[in-house]
Amino acid sequence: MNLGEARPGEMVTVRKVGGEGATMRRIMDMGITKGCKVIVRKVAPLGDPIEITVRGYELSLRKSEASNILVEA
Amino acid sequence: MPHTIALAGNPNSGKTSIFNELTGSTQYVGNWPGVTVEKKEGYLKGDKRHVVVDLPGIYSLSPYTLEEVVTRDFLLDGKPDLIINVVDATNLERNLYLTTQLVETGIPVLIALNMMDVLERNGDTIQVQVLSEALGCPIIETSAVSRAGLKDLVKTAVHMVEKAEGSGKVAKFSTPVEKALLQIEQLIATMVPPDTLRWFTIKVFEHDEKVMQRLNLSDQTAHQLATIIEAIEKNMDDSAESLVTNDRYEYLTGITAACHKKARKIGTLSVSDKIDRVVTNRWLALPIFFAVMWGVYFIAIQSVGDLFIGWIEWVFGDLVGANIALGLEAIGTSAWLVGLVVDGIIAGVGSVLTFVPQMMILFFFLALMEDCGYMARVAFIMDRIFRKFGLSGKSFIPMLIGTGCSVPAIMASRTIENQRDRRMTVMLTPFIPCGAKLPVFALLVGAFFPNSAWIASSMYLVGILAVIVSGIVLKKTKAFAGDPAPFVMELPSYHMPRMKGVLIHMWDRGKQFIKKAGTIIAVASAAIWILQSTSWSFQLVDTQGSILASLGRLIAPIFTPLGFGSWEVAVATITGLLAKETIVATFGIVLGLGNVAEGDPTLLASVGAFFNPISAYSFMIFTLFAAPCAAAIGATRREMQSAKWTWAAILFQTGVAYTAALVVYQVGMLIFGRGI
Repeated sequence: MNLGEARPGEMVTVRKVGGEGATMRRIMDMGITKGCKVIVRKVAPLGDPIEITVRGYELSLRKSEASNILVEA
Repeated sequence: MPHTIALAGNPNSGKTSIFNELTGSTQYVGNWPGVTVEKKEGYLKGDKRHVVVDLPGIYSLSPYTLEEVVTRDFLLDGKPDLIINVVDATNLERNLYLTTQLVETGIPVLIALNMMDVLERNGDTIQVQVLSEALGCPIIETSAVSRAGLKDLVKTAVHMVEKAEGSGKVAKFSTPVEKALLQIEQLIATMVPPDTLRWFTIKVFEHDEKVMQRLNLSDQTAHQLATIIEAIEKNMDDSAESLVTNDRYEYLTGITAACHKKARKIGTLSVSDKIDRVVTNRWLALPIFFAVMWGVYFIAIQSVGDLFIGWIEWVFGDLVGANIALGLEAIGTSAWLVGLVVDGIIAGVGSVLTFVPQMMILFFFLALMEDCGYMARVAFIMDRIFRKFGLSGKSFIPMLIGTGCSVPAIMASRTIENQRDRRMTVMLTPFIPCGAKLPVFALLVGAFFPNSAWIASSMYLVGILAVIVSGIVLKKTKAFAGDPAPFVMELPSYHMPRMKGVLIHMWDRGKQFIKKAGTIIAVASAAIWILQSTSWSFQLVDTQGSILASLGRLIAPIFTPLGFGSWEVAVATITGLLAKETIVATFGIVLGLGNVAEGDPTLLASVGAFFNPISAYSFMIFTLFAAPCAAAIGATRREMQSAKWTWAAILFQTGVAYTAALVVYQVGMLIFGRGI
């Protein structure tokens, strides 16, 4: 499963951050790394982006970016 | 030579507040050389021996964003004596992630553990001594709000600079990574200063292009390095960049686990979460957002702001203008000089300054929204819409400011990280009707559509439509094509806005607008006055025989297909390039009415002679889109950092203006032509 598919309220564990270059690095710099826990908070009113909690703070990212992050429940 | 102290930290860590407290009134703002990232500097309060440089707010030292590259270059080449790293205590791991990278540069690091008051209120604790030992850096607990710890911070910083104390402990990575790093270290050890070896080694391991270029490696060394890195990447089945990032966070998790206790369990709601449950709620978010925007606009532009306008008009017209005229005449100044000063410069500057109160109130609310954390939510809510036409959620903020003035709006595009999005935002923001265009619309609506309130409002609609269509079209061109920029954005916790910071922010932006009135507009008003009252042989003449009139006659035919081919209107179009609000003033001057307001009945009647309702609307459209005023073009040039892009923007805007006005006039005349 990727993070874009996780439902609001779900807590998941990151398995791998895919993608490349600036986007991948940015996602990892923000603390989404292998093994860390992420809670999906909500989806924006218009369906995208999503809001998650990672390492104790709130982060928003687009579903297209979240789909590069492989997670498991 | 003063010592340099660099201030570094994450965005939203309270870095700016600390900078304001440390430097007081000595700060000055400029740009980093060659790029449009803000550079703030100032002396330590009452101490000219130490300069504090406020580095951009960043999360990492990757080579991917302008802010991060600027910071890296400054740390390596600017050789600051000390880094004060502002760390948000309520967000420890992510903030320390930057700290570990700062330490690797070999520069001594002093940590300001900020927002300790918020941490305590949450019931969390940090064992500062344990953390300090683990990182090898001194830590001072601070709160920029209550100003706690700031004196200690300064004292420790000055002490560290004088002692030139060594740097902190570098992060230890997993064994395979450290092994590879050791091999790389041996290969490049002679190429870089020993203090920075760890930093360069890690960057080489991460395939950092910018560092590779800097090192100028021989083919043989480059090949050896590639072999080392490929081997570990294959072994670990992960990219080197990803390995380093993982290990860094691993290392930090170990440190924080030992010293950081959280009272709140994962999954329970903080105050900020509770606010967000309402404010970014699926159903309530958009209504709340529009209500907030309407409220800000109503207070700034309609009610409170409007009260001030009459007052400023009175100050400049009746008080300053009239008295200076009397004074100049009393000392025997010639009539033309009185005219130049009073009707030219004072009237011109005054007409611009009338917008200052509205502008200041608008900037106040925008700064308030930014400071309390709502602006990030705006981007979160609006991203979906803006991305559809090639912009980012953050483009909404410049567009909103653009309803006030394009100059600060264009400057506000700095918060957009991606260069493509930023360029497009800079290019399209002037399409939003700014405050200075309103008098022009008011004049023409007053003359031709006195009972149709929707005509003026339609300008906003047309402006927004133009932004959308242009975005969609431009996205298809080569210059703007490609994948959308990443939108990975922190939603900072809400907090009570700090009045001092909000006011500083408001003033920084408002200042630009006032500066424009004092410089460009003053000169332009004087120039127009001279051009419209002298002939080519420099004799004083009526407007009819002036230089301006002959220039107007020369270019007037260009505007004939748009429905306004008279030289008076052509002249107004030229002066509109200097500042849109001078269009109204120009009509007043060329019609021989002096400095009149847009509601003046004589002006309304006289302007009626130049247009019919359709050409009036076509002129409004042209004014809306045509190249913005000189000050906004100047801002565009600054933000684009390229003459080519600035020209592209001007030509694009004017092209859209001409085409749209042409279509409006020609189609309008076809449909309604007989009735007029």
